[in-house]
Amino acid sequence: MTKEQIRDTILEIIGQIIPDEDLSNLKGDVPLREQVELDSMDFLDIIMELRKRYGIEVPESDYTQLATLDGSVAYLDPRMRDL
Amino acid sequence: MHYDVVIIGAGMSGLAAGIRLAYYNKRVCIAEKHYRVGGLNSFYSLGKHKFDVGLHAMTNYAPKGVKLAPLPKLLRQLKLTVDDFALCPQRMSVIKFPDKTLRFNNDFDFFVQEVADNFPRQTDNFQKLLKTISEYDELNLYTKPISARQVVSSIISDPLLADMIFCPLMFYGNAQEDDMEFGQFVIMFKSIFKEGFARPEAGVRQILDVLVKKYKSCGGELKMKCAVTGLKCANGKVVSILLENGETLTADRILSSAGYVETMKLLANHDSSKLNYQVGQLSFVEFILILNKEPAEMGYNTTITFYNNSDRFDYRKPDELVDVSSGVICCPNNFQFENPLPEGIIRITNMANFDFWNRLSEEEYKAQKAAWLKTTLKEVVKFMPDFRDSIVFTDIFTPKTIHRFTGRINGAVYGTPNKVKTGRTHLDNLFICGTDQGFLGIVGAMLSGISMANLHVLQKG
Repeated sequence: MTKEQIRDTILEIIGQIIPDEDLSNLKGDVPLREQVELDSMDFLDIIMELRKRYGIEVPESDYTQLATLDGSVAYLDPRMRDL
Repeated sequence: MHYDVVIIGAGMSGLAAGIRLAYYNKRVCIAEKHYRVGGLNSFYSLGKHKFDVGLHAMTNYAPKGVKLAPLPKLLRQLKLTVDDFALCPQRMSVIKFPDKTLRFNNDFDFFVQEVADNFPRQTDNFQKLLKTISEYDELNLYTKPISARQVVSSIISDPLLADMIFCPLMFYGNAQEDDMEFGQFVIMFKSIFKEGFARPEAGVRQILDVLVKKYKSCGGELKMKCAVTGLKCANGKVVSILLENGETLTADRILSSAGYVETMKLLANHDSSKLNYQVGQLSFVEFILILNKEPAEMGYNTTITFYNNSDRFDYRKPDELVDVSSGVICCPNNFQFENPLPEGIIRITNMANFDFWNRLSEEEYKAQKAAWLKTTLKEVVKFMPDFRDSIVFTDIFTPKTIHRFTGRINGAVYGTPNKVKTGRTHLDNLFICGTDQGFLGIVGAMLSGISMANLHVLQKG
């Protein structure tokens, strides 16, 4: 996957978890939870969905690296590049 | 057979936990001792009539479009939609005390106005209480318990108003006698007054059917009539799970909704003297009356009536079989259903004493049920139209019945007063969910299952 595809995948997953939110203007460098109604339970589901779909394991200690969209792409790039 | 997770009990919390885990590809097995799911919120049929156990009303009503409240959160976590539960909001509920009546519905401003109209001198204090409630982080699993009676009486100076606020909150979700943990008070206050009541037309069956279907469609396994009879431990862990049918299961982790003490008693090397734990004392008797007409035809449109006819509201195990001085009258017909229910139903719930019911002979037990039915009816018709001539069928369940079907010590529907909020036990891979973990009520139970599955399984990889 390219970085662009990874970003789209993350947005698609978030859209599935919180379908009523408008995700078209999300800023990449601002924490997701400051921009959309995404609580810690929803956030966990992003991680779970990544595991379910692609078998990617994100340890609890790395959760903070996925706080922003840019951070998520950077963190996931080496793990999803070859998918 | 080996599983990632074995869940004890197919009640609301066990099923909700099961859905989370199965949805995320864990190998899950729920072992349920009864032939029917639901646990403390179940159902049965008798004489062609359908009855619900537990559920009077679902709390935490949230209209479509609301996203942040517990109910929509729970639906998101279970990958369900608001239409799945087919909830219909209540009409109107009341708290009736000797000299005062407070009404409430699912519009919180209406309740605030009722308090202002009936207790004009407490208006500012009530606002202060609302502020305290909204600032409290009731879902934090690590806060120290504080007394709700103390907090409320330090703000509300009229004990009658305080009692009237406590009455529904205690009846619908308090394991402690006389007092209540403040976090639990906040949860119940929000779920009952701020959010309100609703019910599916099909009652608790609707909720349970949806949960079971979802769980199975995610690949979860459900073993019915299959009690867990023992847990074998070694090196601080549960190593195997023994079932009634002789089977032995193994699992990386075990989530038990059987109750804390009830779960500890399953441990093979369990020593009850070391178990410094209070068991719950509060149980209830319920009188279920089928009527030959809709209660609304008699002019009764109230959904739930919480009544108390003494000077102070006592919430404790009674010194006799039943305490009829306070109670709950639920009318399942009085929700805003599209189609009326097939028959009129009134359910009366009173606090009851497990020990007294349990020691009766079979004959006395029957006689006492009939006698207390008369007594409670005489009491409740002071709070609603006299419907006694319209009763065509009666069923009664007591603390003994609850104990028999759920295995709860003392038939204590709200479990132990010492909640295990983190869900942890002294064993590394055994966790508590449901009633004894701390979130009560139907929505609370499901949230408990979800949060324990998240915290102790999904987040751990």
